[in-house]
Order: sequence, then structure tokens, then C-alpha cells
Amino acid sequence: MLIIGEKLSIIAKRVREAMMKFDKGPIQEIAVRQWKEGSGMIDANIGPAEDGGEKMMEWMVTTIQEVVPLPVCLDTTNVKAIEAGLKVHNGEWGRPLINSTSNDPERFPIMEVAVKYQAQLIGLTVGKGGLPADAEERAGIASEIMARAMEYGMPVEDLYLDPLVLQMATTQDQALKVIQSVKMFQELNDPPMKTVVGLSNISNGMPKPLRHIMNKHLLTLLYYEGLTAAIADAAEVNETVKTVDVIMGRILYAHSYLEM
Amino acid sequence: MAFTAPNETFGGKVFQIDAGIDKKIVFGGEDVLPFHLFEGNVPNRPVVAYEIQDVPPEDWPETIKKVYEVVSGDPVTWAKYCQDKLNAKAIALRLIGTHPDRQNRSPEDAAKTVKDVLAAISIPLIILGSNHVEKDAAILLAAAEAAKDKNCFLGKAQEENYKTIAAACMANNLKLIAMSQLDINLSKQLNILITQMGFEKENLVTDPMCSGLGYGLDYTYSVMERIRLAALTQNDATMQMPMLADVGMNAWKAKEAIATEAELPIGGVLEQRAIAWEAVTATALMIAGSEILIMRHPEAVKAVEKFIDELM
Repeated sequence: MLIIGEKLSIIAKRVREAMMKFDKGPIQEIAVRQWKEGSGMIDANIGPAEDGGEKMMEWMVTTIQEVVPLPVCLDTTNVKAIEAGLKVHNGEWGRPLINSTSNDPERFPIMEVAVKYQAQLIGLTVGKGGLPADAEERAGIASEIMARAMEYGMPVEDLYLDPLVLQMATTQDQALKVIQSVKMFQELNDPPMKTVVGLSNISNGMPKPLRHIMNKHLLTLLYYEGLTAAIADAAEVNETVKTVDVIMGRILYAHSYLEM
Repeated sequence: MAFTAPNETFGGKVFQIDAGIDKKIVFGGEDVLPFHLFEGNVPNRPVVAYEIQDVPPEDWPETIKKVYEVVSGDPVTWAKYCQDKLNAKAIALRLIGTHPDRQNRSPEDAAKTVKDVLAAISIPLIILGSNHVEKDAAILLAAAEAAKDKNCFLGKAQEENYKTIAAACMANNLKLIAMSQLDINLSKQLNILITQMGFEKENLVTDPMCSGLGYGLDYTYSVMERIRLAALTQNDATMQMPMLADVGMNAWKAKEAIATEAELPIGGVLEQRAIAWEAVTATALMIAGSEILIMRHPEAVKAVEKFIDELM
């Protein structure tokens, strides 16, 4: 399971303030912590970043990679910002990932950029017409994104399909459909399609003490179904990932398995 | 179209380890299943060490005792005999006389024996306690000091005494044999605990506990095989240590290695039967993955070396 560290997000006050001031300190501290806690990639979420997005993403990518030997997940809807980030991304520790395209024509230019820089890409299974109702609709959209990616010359192996996790508190019936989608997505290709979720979205709006419980249990079910990656808090989900790995026989059990 | 045999390659690799100063032994280092030379790298042969004791082998069966009759009264003479006459590549000195139920020799006695044997040979030494967990902690600590910087293996550290023995190894720059009781998960756990003390995993040898043919060999075989698969297929760094098979003491405990022709008429000539018992136990465990074997009978060792020659 690839954990993409979620903490460098403009939504977080401390991160936002550091970004506004181009203050490397907090950004690097959080990046290093996430790496040490087991993240295999660091998400850099700069929001829509309509003004100064290019400079911001470029700064984020270099700031993170100055201290952490990991690839970065470039998280914004601003194509120019993504391209600016990809230009400075150091591929020594793995290829970058773009978050994200979808089945909305406005988001197709991101595919061109991904192909140009040989980046991997998250395909969010939503279209222009609002949120998908169920797993079948998500799989339909996924197929269209895959076809589009092939048109742009992108191998589908470089695509991570994201079923879009919604809030438990407002759309309870969607959680099971997300789990079903992860299973269905894999069947769309051989080798199976890669899948990713923004995990903590499930617990948005829930009382804070309950959030980690919801996150971890959803991840257990998704991982069992074959989820490849999660944008999540590594410190929070490490135990879950390792325990499922042991249950699934991917790691040999020992009493100290959580410490390894 | 000609048939092409499928090649299985893995992500993991067994650590390579050495022992000795002048004449080193090196084993491990392979990235494929035992003897699968056609699939990857097998840089080293399995190594056989001759077993000797600090006290005369009164409890050994007659067939093996008589081989060493003239030399086994003194460990130094015995060690030199194995090195010079049998061309041993390594010696495994078992300090069985330290066991409280045997001669209950002291740590000082043990240290002296280790020192004397080390002074007499130029091949690597494996130092083994009596498998009494409390006594071994004291004995192996003294033995480690006596073998400081001699690049010996010291063992066997078990769950109950690993802290003292691993610390003694680290302090004296030695390598360690860790033994668990025929359980792959406990074996992994012990490796983790030892490495958490700061012990280098590359300096460890795993003994998943040996059993002789007909007396649980299949359990040892299965655990060794699974350890090796975890090392190779799961690239599990806590399971990539080379493995030890303590063959002699187990094979020579078997009824088939002891019973006379009259007692076991279908078994054929006792001496041949007993040698075969040790050789077959050893070859089976090499196929399961062990790279270092401790053996007793020169003819059994010869058979094993021939087996390795043919497979490598």
C-alpha cells in the first residue's frame, strides 16, 4: 500500500500560512515527519491556485524534495501550476503523480502535461454532470477516462482511478459503493488498474475523536479489495496497513510486526 | 517452438556471511532457491563444520565414537585432527561439558578450552553452548571474551537468553547464531528482538532448530523452506539470514543410527546405515535452504560434499 502523505494541504491553517509567506520551515518539518512515519509520496495540495500557482507549486516541490527523498503528488486543478511543479520535480526517488484529471473536458489538458513529463495521473471518476450515483456509474466513467488517456498516449498503467470517497455524515450510502468501485476498477484492465482514494474525506464533518476510527476501518475494507494507494495520514493508518498485510499473508507474522 | 523452462526470479536475497581470519568460510548470498543456479546467483557453497566437544563424547553412539577414539580425549587434539587429517573447513566446538547435568564445567573452563582450540587451528570456529539457557548465558559470555576479534560464530541465542549472548557478541566482534523452537514466526521475532538491540542483521545466522530424518525432519524442512521463501518472495529483511542445520547431534540420536543389525535386521549394516542417516538428514536440509551444517562422521561429510559438487 502506497501512502501519500496528506498533511501538506492548503486547507490546514499552519500550512496555508507557511505557503503564503513562502516559509520553508513548517512545510519541511511536516514533509519529513510524514516520510519518517511511512509515507511513500508527499501530497502537495495548493488548492485551485489561480493566482501565482506556478510559483507556488514549484516552490512546494523543491521545498519538499530538499529534505525528503520521495516523489511528490501535485495536487491542484491549475494545469500551469502542475507543469511548473513537474519541471522541477526530482525523479530520482520515483515518478511524480498528478492529482487529478476527471471525465470533465476542462480537466483533459492535464493528460497532455502528464504525458509530456511522463508523470502518473489520478483519474477522479466524476464527469461534468455531478457526482456518480453508484459503482457502475463510476466504472463507466473510469472506462471513459482510460480511453481518453490512451488517446493522449498515456499507458493505463500510469493511471490511478479514484472512486471519490464522500462524507459518511452526509452520504452514508456512498461508502459501500466506493468499496465496490475499487473492486470493479481493477477488472477494467489486465494487469488490474491501480486505485487510490482520499481516505479522510469519509470522516469529514464527523466529531474529531471518531475520525481516525472511520478512516482506519474504511481503509481495511478498501485494502482488502485491492486498493493500491491512499492519500492519508501515515501515522494514523500504519497499523491498519501492516495488520491487513499480515492477515493477507503478504508479511510474515512476528509479535513485533508493527515495529518493523 | 522449443520449450523454454520458466525462470523464477525474486526481489530478495540471502545475506552473505563469513567466519574466520586466516582461512575464511563464506556462505549465503544467493538470490534464488537452494541450488537453483539456472535462475540466479548462488555465489557460495554450503559449508560443513566438523563437530567436536569440550569433553570426551561418552554419550555418542559407538559407531561415531570410535572414529575419534584416539583424539577425542582432548578438544585441541580433536580439532587439529579434523583440520589436518579430515581437511575440515570449519570446527564446531560444543561446550556440552558445561551443562549442569554433565560435568558442569565453569565459564573459566569453557573460556580456556575456546582459547586453546583457537590457538591450535587456522580454520574458523563455531562456539556452541550446551543449550541450557541459563548456563549458556554465562558460558557464552566467557567464551565470547576468549574469542574476541576472532570472527567466530557464537550460539545459540534463544528467546530466554539472547540479550546477554548478543551483547557479548557485539562487545567481542563475533557473529551470532539465533535459535528458535521450530516456529517460523518465533524465528522472525527473535531476529527482530536481536536486531532491535543494535545487532547487525548481516552478522546473524538463523537456526530454526534441527531434527533428524524420521524424527521431525519434515518440520525443520518446512520451516526452513518457508523462511527462505519469505526472504526471497517477500523480501523480508528479518528473514534473510543464512540458516544453520545442527545435523550431527540429531542424526546420531536416531534409533536407525544406533540399533545393531540384530535389533534392526531390515536396516542393513549399522555403520553404513548410520552414515547414510546423517548424510540424508544433511542433504535434505541443504535442499530446504541451510548453508552451514554441523556434522560428525567423515564419510557422511564426504557424501554431502559430493552431493554439493554434483549440484553446483
